[in-house]
Amino acid sequence: MEPTSPPADGGGAAPAAESRSELVLHVNDVAYTVTVDHRTTVLDLLREHFGLTGAKKGCDHGQCGACTVLVDGRRANSCLLLAVAQDGRRLTTVEGLAEGERLHPLQEAFLDRDAFQCGYCTPGQLCSAAGVLAEAADGFPSHVTPATADPTAPVALTADEIRERMSGNLCRCGAYPRIVEAVADAGARPGGTARSAGQEVAR
Amino acid sequence: MSPDPFPLGPPPYPLGAPLARREGREKVTGTARYAAEHTPPGCAYAWPVAATVARGRITAVDAAGALALPGVCAVLTHENAPRLAVADDPTLSLLQDDRVPHRGWYVALAVADSLETARAAAEAVRVSYATEEHDVLLTAGHPGLYEAEIANGGYPGTRERGDFEGEFAAAPVTVDATYIVPPLHNHPMEPHASTAHWSDGRLTVHDSSQGATKVCEDLAALFSLDTSRVTVVSEHVGGGFGSKGTPRPQVVLAAMAARHTGRPVKLSLPRREMAAVVGHRAPTVQRVRLGAGDDGVLTALAHEIATHTSTVKEFVEQAAVPARMMYTSPNSRTVHRVVPLDVPTPSWMRAPGEAPGMYALESAVDELAVLLDVDPVELRLRNEPDTEPDSDRAFSSRHLIGCLREGAKRFGWLPRDPRPGVRREGDLLLGTGVAAATYPVYVAPSSAEAQAAADGSYRVRVNATDIGTGARTVLAQIAAAALTVPEERVHIEIGNSDLPPAMLAGGSMGTASWGWAVHKACMALRAQLRHHDGPLPAGGLTAVADTRQEAAERSPYARHAFGATFAEVQADTVSGEVRLRRLLGVYAAGRILNSRTARSQFIGGMTMGLGMALMEGSRLDPAFGDFAECDLASYHVPVCADVPQIEAHWLDEEDPHLNPMGSKGIGEIGIVGTAAAVANAFRHATGIRLRDLPLSADKVLPRLRARQEGTG
Repeated sequence: MEPTSPPADGGGAAPAAESRSELVLHVNDVAYTVTVDHRTTVLDLLREHFGLTGAKKGCDHGQCGACTVLVDGRRANSCLLLAVAQDGRRLTTVEGLAEGERLHPLQEAFLDRDAFQCGYCTPGQLCSAAGVLAEAADGFPSHVTPATADPTAPVALTADEIRERMSGNLCRCGAYPRIVEAVADAGARPGGTARSAGQEVAR
Repeated sequence: MSPDPFPLGPPPYPLGAPLARREGREKVTGTARYAAEHTPPGCAYAWPVAATVARGRITAVDAAGALALPGVCAVLTHENAPRLAVADDPTLSLLQDDRVPHRGWYVALAVADSLETARAAAEAVRVSYATEEHDVLLTAGHPGLYEAEIANGGYPGTRERGDFEGEFAAAPVTVDATYIVPPLHNHPMEPHASTAHWSDGRLTVHDSSQGATKVCEDLAALFSLDTSRVTVVSEHVGGGFGSKGTPRPQVVLAAMAARHTGRPVKLSLPRREMAAVVGHRAPTVQRVRLGAGDDGVLTALAHEIATHTSTVKEFVEQAAVPARMMYTSPNSRTVHRVVPLDVPTPSWMRAPGEAPGMYALESAVDELAVLLDVDPVELRLRNEPDTEPDSDRAFSSRHLIGCLREGAKRFGWLPRDPRPGVRREGDLLLGTGVAAATYPVYVAPSSAEAQAAADGSYRVRVNATDIGTGARTVLAQIAAAALTVPEERVHIEIGNSDLPPAMLAGGSMGTASWGWAVHKACMALRAQLRHHDGPLPAGGLTAVADTRQEAAERSPYARHAFGATFAEVQADTVSGEVRLRRLLGVYAAGRILNSRTARSQFIGGMTMGLGMALMEGSRLDPAFGDFAECDLASYHVPVCADVPQIEAHWLDEEDPHLNPMGSKGIGEIGIVGTAAAVANAFRHATGIRLRDLPLSADKVLPRLRARQEGTG
């Protein structure tokens, strides 16, 4: 998609100039040039100003993971990021996972497995899972990775690995068993990690 | 009962098929919009101000500092907020007077051009109070406890049958134990949110609710409007678990602020404030006494609970109600005592009554099994009643025994060495436990409209709500089966109060209530189509139906769903941490209408039960009067790593005494029984009977140490 500059008012009306800054954020391959209130989080910027309401606000305190997005390819709680500190970053939200009508393998797997109920945590689960696939491919260990594992090799995503790595994303409907299956399915599919964040890290 | 039930035999579009959720694609692509995700032009943002004292009166509100901030539109207080009609639910009488009934009660609302400014403005509002002494601590002997006349659900507070005291005193084997369930919080992932907009005297709100019809009716009453002038949209709802069952403060505040400012207003409740204003499961102190013969058959059963409510309104968690129908109990006493304290108002949380009550009852039954040295599955089989003990009505269907047997087989329950403390893996002690589950069958009147279009498609309209259950999908299945047409030709419209009014999603009765109305409308449409010759008119044919009459009929049968839950746990003797190893439930809940979404609901309920057993609970701080654990960092709900293996199964249960679908509700029974199964497994692992949920390390470790030192 060609970069565009959507409406630039990113922070509501009228605080003094010293409390606002201009910055550029690349969201799902679209460049947004905005002037933001310094108090504005990335999550609120996405939801209230860009109309990208896929990332959810569950707690606003980094406790639930519903707001998870990828920042330069790695997952982050967007409610804990002040937008003003993210100038130039490349963000992927749930709206950016699919390629046109073609769903990301994780999205397909979540549908196949019924890995959600109310759907409110789902965008965060999906972005987090995309991050997990990339982290595992890059050899990041988790709490349950055997200490003897080769730190330069990809980590095999066992059910235990997925459960551990996905535990920052709460699901009150209790879809966890299906989420684990879905992430495993997507990880096992050819191309499951192809569009994951790992590639963007190299940019 | 419908005279024309679904055709038997292999129908072309069977109920029960594992159809995928209709809104699934929107949910995985992030395009499904929830209540806070509608931003009308000119929308302002609101942020509430919560009382910082536990009891008293507001003496002054100084909003000058807030109003001086650039971008602030208004600060609503009890002095300037729109006047509301007297509310049926007094928790909705917001900003109407100076009274502070509990800490966290909303005392003001800041409205501004941006979310950030609204929040800053709320923090800048200065409220002064005349405080009064408060009391927030429930104890079993609290002097303010009284016997409740009615418990939640409309049940009598007290029931007595036979001579409990005499038979209990005479029983050769007795259990007398008290169990404690702390306050629990629903914490749906989507905070309660509303976007309200007034236009030409009409109010439109997007609200995160379990039932837009009820929200519409209540808003109309509060603002003295006809319901035709209020539209409530609850298209996608991020969970509720009871806490969005009826209107909550956000929708009233948003509507007031929108009226006051003349702008659309969006309000999303901060997570940390939810515990105080959206309801919670009230704590219960539950004394259970069982008297049995040497054969284990119960002769006397008493379940007496103490709980709290607020000073705003009486809500009595009906925890002793399931003991009235669960087991043979010729001599029975069930009592609810409640004390109004200066606490937030409790409300429904998934399986109110059954979830905490069956934890206590099923723990006590396990204690009896240990005393008698009888297998706990076998003991339950011996206490199966012929009719519902409380009413002597026949059960429309009761397959608890089938659930226990099927579960025991699938779980590998036997052989089971009943001795505790003998299964070790390093520092871990292992054990297994079982508990029964039950949930009543309810149904409420609903209406629906079915339309056949000239192009061969069908449109079904009913104000159902999908809070994660898959309501659209299952209603399409019900409609397709009734119409005998392919499911994909049926369009479903739900989640809007302009649709035919219907019951809210609660009490595990949504699908039964909506589905019955949908079925009836579709059958009426089918009859119209049968008598129609030639092509359909351009506007199609339409049939409407409501189930007021059907829902009002009292069934001659006692109608309940049943289940059995089996758990294996490990207790770490070094850290005191108790973890689940596996959990298995088998349910008998009538016809399962969509095996895919039903399985997810059962497992979701069981997962919440696991949280209740091992990690969930809050405490009321005696000094400040609020819940100490009010966010998701301190109030722990299960995470992915807490759920290693959990499975749900069901029996094919035919019950002709329910509704045209033959279904019982499934949204709540999963949580019932799970906490007891886990606690019983913990006892089997360690020999320790902890009667105080959750089984957290701070309680477990001292008991384990005491036991190792021979003092426990």
